[in-house]
Amino acid sequence: MTGEAITARQTGRVACTDCGRVWPITQQRCDRCGGRLRSRPANGLEAVWAWWVAGVLFYIPANVYPMLVTQSFGREEHSTILGGVVELADQGAWAVAAIVFTASIAIPIGKFIAIALLAISVRRASFLSGHKMSHVYELVELIGRWSMIDIFVVAILSALVQLNFVASLHAGPAAVCFALSVAFTMLSARAFDSRLYWDQAGKSPGDSH
Amino acid sequence: MDETLTACHVCDAICSDKDLAPGERMRCPRCRTVLRTSRRAAADQLLALALAVPPLMAVGLIAPFLSLTGSGLHKEASVLDAAIAVGGSGTWYLALAVGIMIVALPVMRALALCYVLLPMRLGFGAARHAKPMFRFAIHLRPWSMAEIFIIGVAVALIKLSGLASVDIGPAFWSFVALGIVVLMEDAVLCRRSIWDSLA
Repeated sequence: MTGEAITARQTGRVACTDCGRVWPITQQRCDRCGGRLRSRPANGLEAVWAWWVAGVLFYIPANVYPMLVTQSFGREEHSTILGGVVELADQGAWAVAAIVFTASIAIPIGKFIAIALLAISVRRASFLSGHKMSHVYELVELIGRWSMIDIFVVAILSALVQLNFVASLHAGPAAVCFALSVAFTMLSARAFDSRLYWDQAGKSPGDSH
Repeated sequence: MDETLTACHVCDAICSDKDLAPGERMRCPRCRTVLRTSRRAAADQLLALALAVPPLMAVGLIAPFLSLTGSGLHKEASVLDAAIAVGGSGTWYLALAVGIMIVALPVMRALALCYVLLPMRLGFGAARHAKPMFRFAIHLRPWSMAEIFIIGVAVALIKLSGLASVDIGPAFWSFVALGIVVLMEDAVLCRRSIWDSLA
């Protein structure tokens, strides 16, 4: 089934990614919904890599600097993302430690690798089939946003301090870096045009699902 | 051009766009992405869900969200109290970003969907600028994070368990309902069907 599909581009048409209507390839805007028509992104993967690099760069300070600074008995405790996970595990809250580890470490790193893999597979003869790549892309789109959990945790905790619910804790410099890293990675994934790896998958004759 | 054709937004495979029997789904012949769903009254369900967002959000913002009991005193705080308190502190930018993601964007998306769907439901036809509004609602979606916020609250409460005994109030449950409504919006929304009705 995979090999028999004909793309809009092959028939001299361009599809609107907003509403699905097809138009002659020369058309600039969709007459039905007004969306911009682009058969394939003009600059290929530049935007994907640019956001990807920004995301990786901000992820480094996000892990080095403290996410949360706690003051108790005149002592300041700085906890990084990983430190926060370890503290939760020490408290015996294993499930929560696992959630934070997944959201703040496993998902971001997995996402960097997945986007890089997708972008590389578009250039080289595909080493993963179109179907496998589409699962990777769907997963990235679906779970990438969940990385924001830790930012909400820090925001809630610092709000509780301002309200005098708890004594002293505040957000460290890592919080902003991490939030920006997640946002940049989301932009990187959204800049990626999944049609590119399907084009690549269509070229390799041995591709089957 | 050709109104009977559609192309998959994921892989660009072309296929004929057909009317579906209720409950049927049209999938891309190549990558199996769901292109069109046919649910009876899907637009009405989406409108009902979108209309539920502003009142749930109002309760979520104003009602007590968390309460603290200990050493003879009892305190309550709403999300609005928290936002005002943090707004004046050094981490106001964090509060602003969080406020946009959990309050502003979900409400804007719901209002945009109401703006698109309500006039049609009432028989007035599509509103002016309904198309850009609908596109706005679609592209906004990934940045609206009310459902992720709930998990953040749960994690924060467990982190605090050693420091203070903080309980959840009715506004928390309003946010939970909001998260469910937002996820249901995703399940019900069929872009192609709504674009058809707007054309």
